[in-house]
Amino acid sequence: MISPAPRVATVGAPTARTPPVYALVGNPNCGKSTLFNALTGLKQKVGNYPGVTVEKKIGTAYSQHGQPLTVVDLPGAYSLAARSPDEAVTRDVLLGRRLDTAAPDRILCIVDATNLERNLYLVHQILDLGRPVILVLNMMDLAAKAGIRIRVDLLEKELGIPVVPCEAAHGKGLVELKVAMSRNDLPLSRHSWSIPAPIAPAVSELQASLVESDRKGPLSARAEALLLLTDQDTVRVAGSTQLSERTLSILHTWQKRWQTQGTDWAASLVGSRYDAIGRLCVEVVGTGAKNLSAVNSSDRIDGVVTHPFWGWLVLGGVMAALFLSIFTLAEYPMNWIDDRVAGLADWVKDVMPQGDLRDLIADGAIAGVGGVIIFLPQILILFFFIGLLESTGYMARAAFIMDRLMNKVGLNGKSFIPLLSSYACAIPGIMATRTIEDPKDRLVTILVAPLMSCSARLPVYLLMIAALVPGEQVPLLTKVGLMLGMYALGTFGAFGFAWLFKRTLFKGQPPLMIMELPPYRLPRIRDVLQQMLERGGLFLKRAGTIILGISIVLWFLSTYPKSPEGTTAQEQMTHSFAGRAGHFIEPAIKPLGFDWQIGIGLIASFAAREVFVSTMSVVFNAQGESDETTPLRQALLAARWPDGTPLFTPLTCISLMVFYVFAMQCISTIAIVKRETNSWRWPLFQLAYMTGTAWVVSFLVFQGGRALGF
Amino acid sequence: MADVISLSAVAAGQSAILRDYPKAGVAFLRLREMGLLPGTRLKLVRTAPMGDPLEIEVRGYRLTLRRSEADAIQVELTAS
Repeated sequence: MISPAPRVATVGAPTARTPPVYALVGNPNCGKSTLFNALTGLKQKVGNYPGVTVEKKIGTAYSQHGQPLTVVDLPGAYSLAARSPDEAVTRDVLLGRRLDTAAPDRILCIVDATNLERNLYLVHQILDLGRPVILVLNMMDLAAKAGIRIRVDLLEKELGIPVVPCEAAHGKGLVELKVAMSRNDLPLSRHSWSIPAPIAPAVSELQASLVESDRKGPLSARAEALLLLTDQDTVRVAGSTQLSERTLSILHTWQKRWQTQGTDWAASLVGSRYDAIGRLCVEVVGTGAKNLSAVNSSDRIDGVVTHPFWGWLVLGGVMAALFLSIFTLAEYPMNWIDDRVAGLADWVKDVMPQGDLRDLIADGAIAGVGGVIIFLPQILILFFFIGLLESTGYMARAAFIMDRLMNKVGLNGKSFIPLLSSYACAIPGIMATRTIEDPKDRLVTILVAPLMSCSARLPVYLLMIAALVPGEQVPLLTKVGLMLGMYALGTFGAFGFAWLFKRTLFKGQPPLMIMELPPYRLPRIRDVLQQMLERGGLFLKRAGTIILGISIVLWFLSTYPKSPEGTTAQEQMTHSFAGRAGHFIEPAIKPLGFDWQIGIGLIASFAAREVFVSTMSVVFNAQGESDETTPLRQALLAARWPDGTPLFTPLTCISLMVFYVFAMQCISTIAIVKRETNSWRWPLFQLAYMTGTAWVVSFLVFQGGRALGF
Repeated sequence: MADVISLSAVAAGQSAILRDYPKAGVAFLRLREMGLLPGTRLKLVRTAPMGDPLEIEVRGYRLTLRRSEADAIQVELTAS
């Protein structure tokens, strides 16, 4: 094949008006986010690609002369033949298949210099796109340490595009990169490679069809034609345009022909690319005396971290540290937020004239907003830890050693961290499922994550355990035993349902565990913090409005209709819609051992589980001045059925705890599941199956216990 | 020619050259794109504590795959 003469790009030339748009692409773990942050600083806009839950990040960098340069940070990808929604978005943006995002003028390709060969595979596909490309060789310092010498000038000459060596983590090479980015005359790549002979006619035919029927430019049509031949199981994502019938039928005809001939078309295409890359690497990568100390230190860590004994100990230690910090560190900001929100509500009550509007603002809106932001400290700490584990490389090891266990229920190791995070709070857990490539695995993980006993269930468990055990002090062993029992039940439920869903609703190929184990690297705290704040902000934006809305509805239900002046809070509560609803649902919950008063608690705590405790204190404890100091526990023990038998028997307490283990009593989770799955279907299904299970299991516990004579 | 065995039969620390490779399946296409091709040198680094998945070194980096895939990949052992 003859190399085309070097051409000067006209497509990507920036005009005076609009700044050039760069797409930033690269493999995962190559330092792409670090480079993006270094280039654009805090001038970033984070959002979502409409229709899919893939983060869309756009930032502005400035050249040395103050010229603005727009940079779109595309999700990390190993290949344009997409395997996950993330990779599909990268592919579709680069090919101009998305209506919401214009195809970028120019492409910034970042590669890990310590792992050039595999990183160049994606670059090789991108060079075909017919757009100006700048290649960034990141981690040059680490490559030098590992004894890898890359002849940058030769690589530049072979590819015919600017190649910029860089250390994004230390800010080195950024000036040179910005100079290259602000050039008006970026050349198109000169690199050429031979398409295998049996496939070449198909590529030309597909290219012609893409130009005519799909209105693509000739060069990007060739790139897309090549891609179609390796994209065996195309991941389609919402918001991307489909190809024309004609192109698809040409593709199928060729595929059928090759199948009968026994031509392995995809393999020969991948093979030709790697052949070309291999030849390039022989030329440009110096085979100096290799200093393997960097590799060895990573290996020594792995010797411990994936050891059959020490590996589990390290995993246990990391998780213990994570939970300890969530439960101890988060407490202070949570109390602070709680106080501030209460203070604000009091202030509103003081300054505004008495009336429904005042109550709506103070008890509905402010309490609702408070209910959202009270979660923030825990969520931020979890995101910080998840970011830390990801950027050091430990996350991949945790997935590696947990894969076998997760495989037993049909998931893979990548579901482990999201499920584990859900012990603290299901929201960051569900948001962390984005690292799971397979959409079915991701959905199953989202569906079962809220079964892991989260921290909001703790107050309910503690109250019930206190009511359950006679005496002022609950023996530690009983408390710990019951707690562990509840956590075990939730965990068992989550894995059981995952197993069930993978066998019924989401039948499919067993998930793969093809994953890179990146070398251990020191995390960049600034990047981790920035990512933490982005995700926290995303949670507020996505869940905030839904949570606020439902909080106001619940406030309305427990406030109206108003009872006459001078009634107690308890009388008001029983008189309200919520109180009536408690009576209404009593027949349904009586078989579980609950009366209508507990029913009010169940309804009120639909917003958030911990609300159950405060509702119970209103329902049982506000009977008069003298009783105000009575601990809630005493009030619960004094509660009676109309026939005079105690309401909170040990069996009822256990039944209620079991109910809270399974029931989906959290609107924040519902809101976030709605956002992450992009439909109401899955959160409603989740609500139904979890509440149904809660009812059935509580029924079995209560009725079974009664039959046994408890 | 030396004996050809499946990748899952390779002991930790042993090096091998990839010989035969299944044609169909998304898993194998992705493994190919990750640089695992007939003729590629690789080393089995270790297996996970519970015996699955496997960790291999290929083209200077580390990759994991499950035994179910490794079973179908034929390799030829080489001296390390």
